Amino acid sequence: MSKARGLADLGNVYDDGALSNRNLIINGAMQVAQRGTSATTFSYGTVDRFKPTEGDTSSLAITQTQDTNAPSGFSNSLKITVTTAETMSGEKNLAVFHAMEAQNLQQLGYGTSEAQSITVSFWVKSSVTGAYCLSLYENDDNRNIGATYTINSANTWEYKTITFPPDTVGVIDNNNGTGLETYFFLSVGPDRKTTNNTSWATWSAARFGYGQVADVAGTTNATWQITGVQLEVGDTATPFEHRSYGQELALCQRYYQMMADTRSGSTRGSLIGTSFKYATSTFTFAHLPVEMRSIPTLVKGFSGSTALRVLMAGATANFSALAIDPDTTTTMVRLNSTSSTVSSAPNGSGGWMRINGDESYVALDAEL
Amino acid sequence: MDDMKITSVQYNIFEGKNTSIRATIDGIEMSVPLDPANRHYAEILRQVEAGTLVMAEAN
Repeated sequence: MSKARGLADLGNVYDDGALSNRNLIINGAMQVAQRGTSATTFSYGTVDRFKPTEGDTSSLAITQTQDTNAPSGFSNSLKITVTTAETMSGEKNLAVFHAMEAQNLQQLGYGTSEAQSITVSFWVKSSVTGAYCLSLYENDDNRNIGATYTINSANTWEYKTITFPPDTVGVIDNNNGTGLETYFFLSVGPDRKTTNNTSWATWSAARFGYGQVADVAGTTNATWQITGVQLEVGDTATPFEHRSYGQELALCQRYYQMMADTRSGSTRGSLIGTSFKYATSTFTFAHLPVEMRSIPTLVKGFSGSTALRVLMAGATANFSALAIDPDTTTTMVRLNSTSSTVSSAPNGSGGWMRINGDESYVALDAEL
Repeated sequence: MDDMKITSVQYNIFEGKNTSIRATIDGIEMSVPLDPANRHYAEILRQVEAGTLVMAEAN
């Protein structure tokens, strides 16, 4: 990009109201991967905030990885590799999903005559060339719009930009729920692409993946990679807004926080929180470094009857049962465990809880 | 829009009250708070109401 073009684009951005905090996507450079760097699930498994998702498939299998292969200026990408191919019949589909919180999207003015265009830009690479669909879904009013981009050369990083017109009808509520979902489709069955979706309208399965021709899911070992994802107000794609790892991690922790992690290579340690004993129960507390979006789910990445350990005056107990307590808030978590083996400790005894062993983790999930 | 694979759900009782739900979601065991803003709780309620998921008796 020439300097003159860059300055012109920044001028347009100023007109649209933002010179900083332009990127409404979190972890668009795929830097943060609290859960791990490789997974085989159709759920959040590697890079934060980006989730491989499938619809109606039966035998399709993938690997998702936080990959170090990336275009110039980026260190990471999200890579999807098909390990068991499946023909996409009916409404079957494969996509990568990113959800944005509604109260962070109020500047779009959706549902009003002042609604703004939005522009999505990203780097993408795939072994499968052809037309791909990027679809947006407005959760509160069940509306969507889509557009296509084309991967021209196999296994080559390409930069894409798509501008979507404003939605003057659908309202994004001002709350902590889902405002806008983005779906990068990799494969779409015939029944999900029969109706044109290039203007905002009520969602239907038939219009969700309109325009998708490329079929990544249909070929074993096919790959699709993405990074540098930016969604910004206005009709101009500006250079990717890089954030520091610490900034990006904090943004991700509103939706997912690793409390303790003893898996190979983790530096987070085994301490879960401070505890005290009451009757046959142990209550464990931890204040959270970032307020979470909602009261979180406790994710129990451990197994076995001795997975956890409480150490307190007069008792050391191993156990596996652990539950989120109703007193948990978005800033403080309280965990309950009932274990007769701590009964030798007097009521009120203080101590701490930790993971007892390797290859385990405890996390909190408040994803959209 | 986003289907979770929920394979077992059971209320967790503490001091005589339902306090959370023990569930296996997308292959991982979780303890889900009874908060409508929590996506796991909302999806469990949706699937139970739709009849595609059955809540087991609490222990």
